[in-house]
Amino acid sequence: MRKGLSEEILHAYVDGGLSSDERGAVEAHLALHPETAARARAWATQNETLHRLFDPVLDEPHTLKIETRRRVVVAPFFWRNVAALAATLVAGIAVGFVAHDYWVPDSGPVARASIARQAILAHTAYAPEVRHPVEVTAREEQHLLAWLSKRLDAPLKAPSLVQSGYQLLGGRLLPAPAGTSIAAKASPVALLMYENAQGKRLSLLVRREAPNTDTAFRFTQDGHTSVFYWVDGPFGYALVGDVSKDELAVLARVVYQQLNP
Amino acid sequence: MPSGFTVEQLQVQIPRLRRYARALTGSREAADDLVQDALERAWTKRALWRPDSNLRAWLFAVMHNVFVNGIKRARPMASLDALNEDGGAEPIAGNASAETDAALREMSAALAQLPMEQRQVVLLVGLEQLTYAEAAEVLEVPIGTVMSRLSRGRDRLRQLLDESVDGRNGLRRVK
Repeated sequence: MRKGLSEEILHAYVDGGLSSDERGAVEAHLALHPETAARARAWATQNETLHRLFDPVLDEPHTLKIETRRRVVVAPFFWRNVAALAATLVAGIAVGFVAHDYWVPDSGPVARASIARQAILAHTAYAPEVRHPVEVTAREEQHLLAWLSKRLDAPLKAPSLVQSGYQLLGGRLLPAPAGTSIAAKASPVALLMYENAQGKRLSLLVRREAPNTDTAFRFTQDGHTSVFYWVDGPFGYALVGDVSKDELAVLARVVYQQLNP
Repeated sequence: MPSGFTVEQLQVQIPRLRRYARALTGSREAADDLVQDALERAWTKRALWRPDSNLRAWLFAVMHNVFVNGIKRARPMASLDALNEDGGAEPIAGNASAETDAALREMSAALAQLPMEQRQVVLLVGLEQLTYAEAAEVLEVPIGTVMSRLSRGRDRLRQLLDESVDGRNGLRRVK
């Protein structure tokens, strides 16, 4: 019954995907195979019925809108507070949960993973902040970098992500990871924050690492939050954002290139 | 600024997205929720769209992902039965004959009984007129899978529609 005519050709015939020559050949075949012809007719009728049934949707009025501004800004005040509270709770629980990691000497896979966790916690705490996401804003970039470089005891640069649509918002100082011995005199940690036109924020956490521990890019994810982290020279870096792995990978590469011109 | 498309480019696609979502979910409310979520996701991810590719197919792919994730999260989607009551568009304009009305109702009901995988392919190809390659990309399956789902879906639909015509005529089909 379907001899000499593939299903694919029959579909293409019904869906208008054949040249007129090909159509002629199919029609010649169908003239001799009434079962196949009935099948093709039924399929074609289905397409017509689907259009009759659903084409009117195209002309219906609807109320769908594309929200181009950041949701946290337009969200009712209540939800903003709930979100902030939830973030604080999550951060608190997570700090308690992961604190033991930081007792491990500052090298090796566990310590490297902990920079990612520290970055996620910091991002979760500060990125939703509407009024105080940073301590020092980008308007005082020179001062910000001088201050953070002094506290981290190594020259810190703020990579530019303007080409990728993100502006530097500013930065803040964070304490050394929980569990670090005071006697070890660990440097504090720097957090730079970026924001795009839609209000989406990225955080770049920078902290001192033991010498000669350079690593390749590594990736981890917690819910919607993605982190790329690596060690390069005196610093460990972790770039965090609520964006996809692919999107963040592109941004992490830009950061890396900016820091290694 | 991230590359991508403009709000206006996205806006003109809304009717097509709504049509597919309505046919897929069978309910106006579920369909518009789905489209709204897809629009937000598409806008956020617009930097990922390649300007040399078909925006409509890309948007269908975004919506497909939202739809699949919605099912995984067991978010309430319209039950299949809803298609029977709420399935088609708003009352069809004009004075369609009783037979046409019946045919449309029967299509609604038959579509609801089609397995989701087959329904998606039948709609993307038959209603949205995507090429088989585009449908494969939207659904993230090989093109051979699209073709076999299309055959099974169309044949199943034919069988269901035949049965309802027979039912309308008070006949029992003898195989």
